[in-house]
Amino acid sequence: MTLPLDQIFVLSKHWLLSFVPPIAQPLASAILSVVPVLIAFPLLFAITTLLERKGLGRIQNRYGPNRTGPWGLLQPIADGVKSLTKEDIVPLTADHAVHFLAPIFLVAAAFLGYAVLPIGRNMVISNLNAGVLYFFAVGSMVELSVFMAGWSSRSKYSLLGAMRAIAQMISYEVPLVLASVVVIMQAGSLSTVSIVEKQAGYTGIWPHWFVFTPWGIVGFALFMIAATAESNRSPFDLPEGESEIIAGYYIEYSGFKFALFFLGEYLGMFATSGMAITLFLGGWSAPFSFLTWIPSYVWFFAKLLALIFGFIWIRGTLPRLRMDQLMNLAWEFVLPTALLNMLVAGVWHFMPGGPIRWLVCIAIVAIPCTFLTRRLKRKKKFEVRTYSFAE
Amino acid sequence: MNSLQSYLLLSSLLFSIGLAGALTRRNAILVLIGIELMLNAANLNFIAFWRFGPAPAALTGVMFAIFSISVAAAEAAVGLAIILAAYRHSKTTDLDQMNSLKG
Amino acid sequence: MTIAFIILAVITVAGTAAAMGMRNAVHCVLALTVGFAGVAAIYLQLDAQFVGLTQIMVYVGAVAILAVFAIMMTHSPSPTKPPTYSSYWLMGSIVAAAVFAVLAWAVVSSGAHTQSLPSEPTVSVQQIGDALMHRFVLPLEIMGLLLTAALIGAVVIAMDHNEEIK
Repeated sequence: MTLPLDQIFVLSKHWLLSFVPPIAQPLASAILSVVPVLIAFPLLFAITTLLERKGLGRIQNRYGPNRTGPWGLLQPIADGVKSLTKEDIVPLTADHAVHFLAPIFLVAAAFLGYAVLPIGRNMVISNLNAGVLYFFAVGSMVELSVFMAGWSSRSKYSLLGAMRAIAQMISYEVPLVLASVVVIMQAGSLSTVSIVEKQAGYTGIWPHWFVFTPWGIVGFALFMIAATAESNRSPFDLPEGESEIIAGYYIEYSGFKFALFFLGEYLGMFATSGMAITLFLGGWSAPFSFLTWIPSYVWFFAKLLALIFGFIWIRGTLPRLRMDQLMNLAWEFVLPTALLNMLVAGVWHFMPGGPIRWLVCIAIVAIPCTFLTRRLKRKKKFEVRTYSFAE
Repeated sequence: MNSLQSYLLLSSLLFSIGLAGALTRRNAILVLIGIELMLNAANLNFIAFWRFGPAPAALTGVMFAIFSISVAAAEAAVGLAIILAAYRHSKTTDLDQMNSLKG
Repeated sequence: MTIAFIILAVITVAGTAAAMGMRNAVHCVLALTVGFAGVAAIYLQLDAQFVGLTQIMVYVGAVAILAVFAIMMTHSPSPTKPPTYSSYWLMGSIVAAAVFAVLAWAVVSSGAHTQSLPSEPTVSVQQIGDALMHRFVLPLEIMGLLLTAALIGAVVIAMDHNEEIK
C-alpha cells in the first residue's frame, strides 16, 4: 500500500541522510524534518491571506486584491515587502524587552504545536507518547505572549485587547480540551499517530473517521467553535475588533513585528485545524477507499484548506458577538455539551452496535442541547451593563 | 558528585529561592508564587527519586507529582481569589500594611 | 551530570531567582514562567514526559496567567513606589540561606551517591492511566472533589459582594 509517490518525502529524507556522517545523523534528521514544516506553513499563510481577502471580497460583492500580478496573485509578496520595509515603531513608554520578545515568543509557541501533527503517512516530526497533551500544553503558552504584547505596549487599547483575548482563550480552552477527550477515550491513546491509525480502515467505501459517530460529530462541532474562539477569529474576534479597540493587543506594533503577529495567529489557526483533522477527520487518510492512491499529504492539506475555507465563510457571514454573549456561550452551552458528549462516548463504547445505539446517543446530547439553546435565547433583557476593565 | 545528588541540590536551591521570596517579598501575589516554587522543588525531588529509585515501574513518584501539581493549581486559584478579596477590602496587596485583624 | 542538565539547571535557577528578586511584579511572573518551563524540561530529561507536559500546561498555561490577572486587578496607581522587600527581609534571607545550607549538607553527606542511573524506564501514558484508574482511583476521585470545591470556592471568594446589594 505504500506507493513511492506517497512516501517521496520520507524516502528523499533517508536518501539525504545517507550522505551525512553517522555522528551528525540525529541532528541532521531533526533539521530535515523541521525545515519543510517551517517552509510549508508560512507559505500556506501567504496563500491563505490572499484567499481570505479574495473570498471576503466575493462574499461582500467586490473584487478583492487584483492589481498585483495576474488576478492579484502576487499580493502576499507585496504585503511581505511592505511589512519588511515599514518603520518599526516602539512606544516611548513601552517595556522594550518584553515588547520585543512578545511576537517572537508567539510565533515560536505557534510553531511548536506542529511537532506532533501527522502531515502524511510516516510524516510526523516526533511521535510523542503524549502528543495531544503536548499540543494543548504548547497551545496554552500563546496566551502568555498575548499578555506580554498587550501589557508591554502601555496602551489602553492593547491592555483591554489582551485582557479580552486571555479571558476568551482561557474560557474556550476548557471546551477545546474536553471536546477532544472523547477521541482519546475511544482511541485509547494520546499519540496523534495512533489516533490517525485508528481511523484508517474502511467499511465498503466509507472511512472509519470519528466524525461519523454521534459523539464525533458533536465533538467536531464543539472543537471547531472552540478553535475559532481560540484563534481569535470572527465571530469571536472581540480581542481585535477593529471598530471597538482597533487591533487589540498588537495595536502598538508596526512593520515586521505586526507581520509576525499576523503569522502567529494564522499558524495557530492552522495548527488547531490540523489537530481537528487528526482527531476527527482521519488525519491523512483518504475519504473514500478508492481514492487511496492519492498521496496522504495531499489529503491532509486538502482537508486543511477545506477547514480554512469554512473559517473564511464564517468570517464573512456572522457578526461579532458581545463579551457577555461570548462568555455565556462558552460556559452555558459549549462546556455542558462537551461534558454530555463525554457521557455519550461512554455509552457508545458499552452499548451493542445498531440503530438503537445511534438513537440513544443522539437523544442524550440533543435533548439537553435544545433546552440549553432555549435558555441562551431567552436572555434578552436590556439593561445598563458595566465592564470591570473599562472603568 | 553524581546525578541524583545534583538533582537534589538543584531542588534544594529552588526550595530556598522560593522560601526567600516568600519571606522577603511585600507583594502578596509574589509570596504565593514563592510557595508555588517550593512545591515545585518538592515535585522535582519526587521525580528524581522515582527515576533513580529501585522500582520505577511502580510509578509512585510520578503519581505523587501529578497529584501535587493538581493540588498546587487548586491552591493557586483559591489563594489568588483570597488576595483579590483582601485587596477589595483593604485596597492593597502589601503584606506589611495588611496588619490588622479587624476590618 | 550532563551538559543538558547543567544548562537546564542554570536556566531554571536564573529564572526563579529573577522571579523572586525583580522589582516589577509582571516581570517577576514572566521570569517565573522561564523557571517553570525549565523545571518542566528537567522532568522531560528525567523521562517523566507526562509530568513535564502537565507542568507546562498547569504552571505556564494556568498559574502564571492567573497570577498576571491578579496583578493587573490589584494594581493601584500610586505615585510613590512601595518598596519591593518587606521590613524583615534580612531575617528572611538569612533563614532561606540557612535552610539551603542544611539541605545541601544533608544531600552531599547522604549515601545517595552509591546509586547509578538505572536503565531508562518505559513508562507510557497508558500505564499512568491504568495506575490512575486502578491503584490510585480513590486519590483521583478526591482530587476531582477538591478541584471542584476549589473552583466554586475561588469564584465565591473573588465575587464582588457589593454588586448583589445594588
